[in-house]
Amino acid sequence: MTDPCVGMSPRRVGGRDRVTGRQAYVADIHLDDVLHAKLVSLDCARARIITVDTSAALAVPGVRLVMTAADLPQPVPRFGPQFQDRPVLAAGETHYHGEPLAAIAAETKDAAEEATRLVRIEYEELPAVFTIAGALDPMAPLVQDPALRPGDRLARSNVLREHHYGWGDVDAASADVVVEGTYAFPMVTQFAIEPHGFIAAPDSDGIAVWSSIQHPNWLQRVIASLLHLPLAKVRIFAPDPGGGFGGKQHAKYEPLVAFMALRAGRPVRLVLTLEETFQAVRRGASEIHVRSGFRSDGGLVFRDIEANYLIGAYADIADRTVAKGSYTSNGPYRVPAVRIVARSILSHTTPSTAFRGFGNPQQIWAVESNMDEAARALGIDPLALRLQNLAHPGEAFIPGDTPADGDWARTVERAAELIGWGNPPAPGRGRGLAVGLKSGPTTGLSNSIVRLLADGSVIVYAGTSDMGQGARTIFAQIAADELGAPLDWVTVVMGDTAVVPYDQQTSASRSSVFMGNSILLACRDIQAKIRAMAARLEPVDEAAVVVERGEVRIGGRVTPIRDVLVRGLGRLGGELIGIGEMRKEAEPEHPLGGTAAFFEFNCTAVEVEVDRETGDVVVARHVTVSDVGKAMNPIQVRGQDEGAAIMGLGHTLMEHIIHDEAGRIRNLGAIDYRIPTSLDLPLRMESDFVENADGPGPYGAKGMSEGALLCVAPAVAAAVHDATGVRIRDLPLSPERVWRALHDAAESPDAGAPEAIDAR
Amino acid sequence: MTMRQRIELTVNGRIRSVEVAPHHTLLDVLRDDLGLTGTKECCLVGECGACTVLVDDLAVDSCLMLGVEADGASVTTVEGLATGDKLHPLQEAFLETGAAQCGFCIPGQLLAAAALLANDPHPTRAAVEEGLAGNLCRCAGYEQIIEAVVVAARAGASES
Repeated sequence: MTDPCVGMSPRRVGGRDRVTGRQAYVADIHLDDVLHAKLVSLDCARARIITVDTSAALAVPGVRLVMTAADLPQPVPRFGPQFQDRPVLAAGETHYHGEPLAAIAAETKDAAEEATRLVRIEYEELPAVFTIAGALDPMAPLVQDPALRPGDRLARSNVLREHHYGWGDVDAASADVVVEGTYAFPMVTQFAIEPHGFIAAPDSDGIAVWSSIQHPNWLQRVIASLLHLPLAKVRIFAPDPGGGFGGKQHAKYEPLVAFMALRAGRPVRLVLTLEETFQAVRRGASEIHVRSGFRSDGGLVFRDIEANYLIGAYADIADRTVAKGSYTSNGPYRVPAVRIVARSILSHTTPSTAFRGFGNPQQIWAVESNMDEAARALGIDPLALRLQNLAHPGEAFIPGDTPADGDWARTVERAAELIGWGNPPAPGRGRGLAVGLKSGPTTGLSNSIVRLLADGSVIVYAGTSDMGQGARTIFAQIAADELGAPLDWVTVVMGDTAVVPYDQQTSASRSSVFMGNSILLACRDIQAKIRAMAARLEPVDEAAVVVERGEVRIGGRVTPIRDVLVRGLGRLGGELIGIGEMRKEAEPEHPLGGTAAFFEFNCTAVEVEVDRETGDVVVARHVTVSDVGKAMNPIQVRGQDEGAAIMGLGHTLMEHIIHDEAGRIRNLGAIDYRIPTSLDLPLRMESDFVENADGPGPYGAKGMSEGALLCVAPAVAAAVHDATGVRIRDLPLSPERVWRALHDAAESPDAGAPEAIDAR
Repeated sequence: MTMRQRIELTVNGRIRSVEVAPHHTLLDVLRDDLGLTGTKECCLVGECGACTVLVDDLAVDSCLMLGVEADGASVTTVEGLATGDKLHPLQEAFLETGAAQCGFCIPGQLLAAAALLANDPHPTRAAVEEGLAGNLCRCAGYEQIIEAVVVAARAGASES
């Protein structure tokens, strides 16, 4: 065959438009006659809306529409991926800082902006909860009206759901050493550089919606259901998102913009400010108590985990992140008895949602920090403790779920080798290591269509969103190899539900596996037609024809697919069409509704320097190794791994949303909320991957885009401990927090010791 | 309504005459009045660098400069980097190293890098980190972006 494309790192498909400015994100799309929308919200966490007077706003020249809840169908329609709890606009009460209760549509952005300031709202600020303790207080105000949660025994509390997992008998387990601690993870926000953008336009007898959405087909269902339209009358355009990271998975303000467009009879566009994106999406904060029991030789005996996640005022997909993140919270270890309790706790804050790692980074921060403390308490090397307890390939480490699907020890050993674990770190530096495991998708459905055109060029139709992970390139590489086309003869069409077949979602690092397999099957469908064609042309029995990786083999003779195609199509030309479907059905008996399609596994090892005068932590070396099964495009794998690693350094060292005493976000926007810049990089970044072709995707690939973020925080905190002797159990490890911890430790020398070690 | 003011500026080598609102930024003028949407809008407070353009060869956050201040200036946006079909060496290098992931920050990164190389044709890695510190990338493709700038410098990007 010709040189394979899969496994190489060709230039990104779609890359040229990204470096020339031609790539059109939602905000770059201009529709004639469009109205510009702006949101109206209150500067408080929770309020009872008494009256809304829109007359002055409507009087602004150019203003065409001031939409409030009263202009919507009654009761105000609600939506959400897990619970139908989020209103299109707040009605009666606002539940978090920045929740929109009205929206303006005007001929110009200026007019819309001016009108937002003229909507007169009479309101009464109400008591709000925005911490875990505050929300769990028996006297706390309820975030959600119990009427929204009929038949729910927890409806009269702020606990949305409580999840219980585990096996064995934790209480009966007898351990030589028990290590426990509580570990806090802050609220952080996705901060995609592209603020979310939405456009809706009446479209003959239906509606068209443009959104920076990760899941266009899911959005199509939401809009169709709210507008009582058949799916076929709702067309979602999903241009490549300018970064998603989970924050763009589910509908936010698309329903509002759709109602506005229908009411105005004109296209309406809403592009959020960065500040508004902070008030639209975030990661759940958590406090997780971990109690681990060990034999004195280091063998894990039990794990007991109680996790409280602070989610926002509406569920969005947050409870699923809690369920999925806590289900695997024991980690990649062999433990005879495990008990996990996890709660999703509602609060008057920004609705939390999916964010790279999906509930796992919080758990991994807690459990891997606990593992490091245990290693110190047991007098066992932290690397050795991990290797001793790590599940072997094929081992059923979570009873009833997919067995360990990788040689994880190899990944850990590779990271240890790269950082030089056996040799002491440079003087003044500390070293830390941690592992991260995440369950991949539990269900999935990806349809695809591949067309092999008369000249041998190819069009692939895939409903995945290419938000930077490079899905378009991977799909083109697969089709190029399977159908024998040069990569630049392959076009990948995405982002239009009227054209592209169904894809469930772009999340959980699934697309290379699910859509990749679907496209592989569509190519095989075409290969079967080529095979029949070749047999007819020859003529030979079909059994004598092999079609594989772009070639047709009959006996010892090898012909490119294209040559058979051109002859076989004959004078009429035309094309061959292949259809692919990759499906993973739900398993209703499974606690998550399905087993893991694969596990993402990463080991991170770091070396840090801590400035005792300022508390500043410098990551001198950062090693990240992921088990990827097969790197279909090594440069993209490296980009995802190193990007995830640096994003992980964000919540580890600097990022956290801060609320004031009234529940308002105080660090709204780029000046006060810091994410890593080019000056915050590790002094040396080394990434590598393990390829054992043991994944369920094409050519043995696994999903891999989240792994390198999972365990950054515990690795860094372990290194800080190694360097200073001080244990910090709250994130981020900001200079102030580290400085205070160092000073507290200097004042009371026991402060750095593990919190609770019982030798029984 | 505010009185609009006529300004004349050179954008990507072409003289443009446009009536702008006095409170509109250069970013507004480029995106909304001239339809040059390659320059991106994110933080609007000069922190993210997505809107970086060259104004008289200096890298500027176009969200922090009023359109009227650009009267008489020469502005280069991402649309002006390539010469016809021939990409600028920085654009080539960004593609070669895989620096453009989601792509949203890339126009700003490219122009910040162009300004850097104009002043320092062969920067050290530290100088590249410093020179691009005002351009956020949430894909955090910083390693690849820095590599691209170094590769482009080696290819003589500053001479093009």
